Amino acid sequence: MKNSLIRPILNWLDERFGTGSVEEFLRHKTVPIHRHTIWYYFGGMTLFLFIVQVLTGILLLLYYRPTPEDAYESVQYIVTQVRFGWLIRSVHSWSANLMVFTAFVHMFSVYFLKAYRKPRELTWISGMFLLFVVMGFGFSGYLLPWNTLAFFATKVGTEMAGAVPFAGKWMLTFLRGGEEVTGATLTRFFGFHVAVLPGLATVLLAMHLLLVQQLGMSVPPSVERAAAEGKPAPVMPFFPNFLLRDIIGWYAALGVLGALAAIFPWELGAKADPFAAAPAGIRPEWYFLFMFQTLKFLPAKILFLEGELAGILGFSLAGAVWIAVPFLDYRAGFGRVTRFFTGLGIFALGFIVVMSALALR
Amino acid sequence: MRVSVTLSVAFFMGLILPLGVATAAPPKNSCIACHAELEGPQSEPVKKFESDIHRQAGLSCADCHGGDPADESMDAMSRAKGFRGAPKKAQVPDFCARCHSDIAYMHRFNPKMRADQLSQYLTSVHGKRLKAGDAKVAACVDCHSVHDILPARDTRSPVHPTNVATTCGRCHADAAHMKGYKIPTDQVEKYGKSVHAELLASGDTSAPTCSTCHGNHGATPPGISSVANVCGTCHVFFMQLFEKSPHQEAFAKMGLPGCVQCHSNHEIVKPNDDWVGVSSTAVCVTCHAAGDKGFASAQKMAGDLAKVKTFLGRAEEILGTAERSGMEVSTPKVELANAHEALIKARVNVHSFNDAEVQKQTDQGVEIAQKTYQAGVAALAERDVRRKGLGVSLIFIVLAISGLYWKIRQMESGSRG
Repeated sequence: MKNSLIRPILNWLDERFGTGSVEEFLRHKTVPIHRHTIWYYFGGMTLFLFIVQVLTGILLLLYYRPTPEDAYESVQYIVTQVRFGWLIRSVHSWSANLMVFTAFVHMFSVYFLKAYRKPRELTWISGMFLLFVVMGFGFSGYLLPWNTLAFFATKVGTEMAGAVPFAGKWMLTFLRGGEEVTGATLTRFFGFHVAVLPGLATVLLAMHLLLVQQLGMSVPPSVERAAAEGKPAPVMPFFPNFLLRDIIGWYAALGVLGALAAIFPWELGAKADPFAAAPAGIRPEWYFLFMFQTLKFLPAKILFLEGELAGILGFSLAGAVWIAVPFLDYRAGFGRVTRFFTGLGIFALGFIVVMSALALR
Repeated sequence: MRVSVTLSVAFFMGLILPLGVATAAPPKNSCIACHAELEGPQSEPVKKFESDIHRQAGLSCADCHGGDPADESMDAMSRAKGFRGAPKKAQVPDFCARCHSDIAYMHRFNPKMRADQLSQYLTSVHGKRLKAGDAKVAACVDCHSVHDILPARDTRSPVHPTNVATTCGRCHADAAHMKGYKIPTDQVEKYGKSVHAELLASGDTSAPTCSTCHGNHGATPPGISSVANVCGTCHVFFMQLFEKSPHQEAFAKMGLPGCVQCHSNHEIVKPNDDWVGVSSTAVCVTCHAAGDKGFASAQKMAGDLAKVKTFLGRAEEILGTAERSGMEVSTPKVELANAHEALIKARVNVHSFNDAEVQKQTDQGVEIAQKTYQAGVAALAERDVRRKGLGVSLIFIVLAISGLYWKIRQMESGSRG
């Protein structure tokens, strides 16, 4: 019955778009089953949360006004007067945080399972850039309600960019739209948040997903070795078996988002006052805390460099090494696990967790 | 060419002239040279004078004491050289006034400087008693010090606002010194407990100290009729209300001081609402008794103040609960601030001693507090709706997940079979 209804539509589309090949592709796409299969779900979960962000973001756009005079009041209007505005705003904020979390989990799972190895170098690189874009979304979106915490956190955050050698001054002015955090910064951040970053994200996401489909699911080296020894891992069809499991996860995420929004609605705080003194305990969003805390621990001078500058250069170098891991750990492409890179991953994860915990103390 | 030569000359002159000034020997001052060599109290003025404002202004010993500082012999201190020596206590005001009453001379140092200190001093109790031969009273140097006089704005000066109470207290808190004057000696101690002293200690130098109410050079205790005027220099609105109140005339007839009657004079503590009413803590019952009009009015005012506070407390509590539940209640909280303002205005209106004026404000406060309370009730109702909505949504989500799980199980058991 169902097939008799859908089939003519699919045939109609196939005649015009050639969707038959996609259908064929989906029919044959499989997902390996092994003890690390659980990590495959985090990419899809991040994608789901991204879609939630896009939808709730569009709804917020209907009422949000990006000027220092109106931004705070418009968000206040959304959460108090607009029907379900409170839900949309809270889900947008919570989902943003959960998305960053799942993106980090996805990245580390890919790292530890060596899924970046040949031929998936570009999948890794596009994923890393997507993570940077997601963090950019978080940084730019944080300022938009124009509340006190956001205002001063943006001030501190953009000051860090200003410490970069040579281009620092230019970057600071570019980000702030002037010397100070003002209405020009708000307009600019709004532009980044709703135009520049979504554009970049779309291109990178399309590339990332295309590569995942093109190259198939990666399996850990141990599973690959077993397959070479004649013990291949069982597989399940992507459609519908894996997709249905994915949807279970998405439903669960939706439930968690709803519960967070209803029980812990995202606070709005007090309107930003650029002339007021910075309140105590200003710190960035949790996913920037490890960098923030590290810069605080650094001495004023490291060799001939300013402490903060050395820290920023260190993080830039670490980021570059992390992006280049598929090329540095080229032995993984031949199925050989290098302990150094596993250790590096454990160190990076431990460093992020410990530094974030210290900052939250 | 001529211009460049002129500029070059000017440039070198500019370099050389300051050098000439810098290397010239300082003018001789035999007062300092000799007194610095002496021991004991005679060398004290030299040490102290280093920081004195007169020295900063370019004056030296001879400008006050006369004599010839250029003369290195003892003749420098001869009558022929105009030496005046140290003045006796009774001569001190005139001694200082030689310059300080000369407005033309004083304006050379500071165009805003007053020159009426002596004339004011002569109207003060201190001035009058000194004239009458009482050498125990304060003259210029007793408050300003001598030889190490600092400008009043200097925090180390004994007449800086933060030090005035201590300076006055050196005599006025000394029972032995004040013996015979028949005035209390606990003013400084009482002032120390006052809200004024507390403000001053917190760094607000505009807060009143002794001289703010009593005057400085013309220090005189304010009389009964002028107390409200003294307090009213800062508390203008209260003074205006009091002047229009029935208390103004009644107090005058009974010979009672205005503000001080309820607020005390030196120990002016922060007032509270318990002062108004007919309870044992109320100041009203010191004069009013059951049955008189003032008693009923005091009772009414206290009741209205208590009512608005009850409504405010209720509204604050519910908005606090709503806020802690994550509800956005900043708008009613701002409105509630208006209710607080109405309470403050009602407290001010108490000084009109007209219960209808107080009620105008308390009614307004109650109305706003009730409105914000309702906003709190609505916020909590909204919170409950959200939680119920969440519960229903979660049931549907769990059902959907169960359905999917069942579907997968069914599908995979079928394919295995």
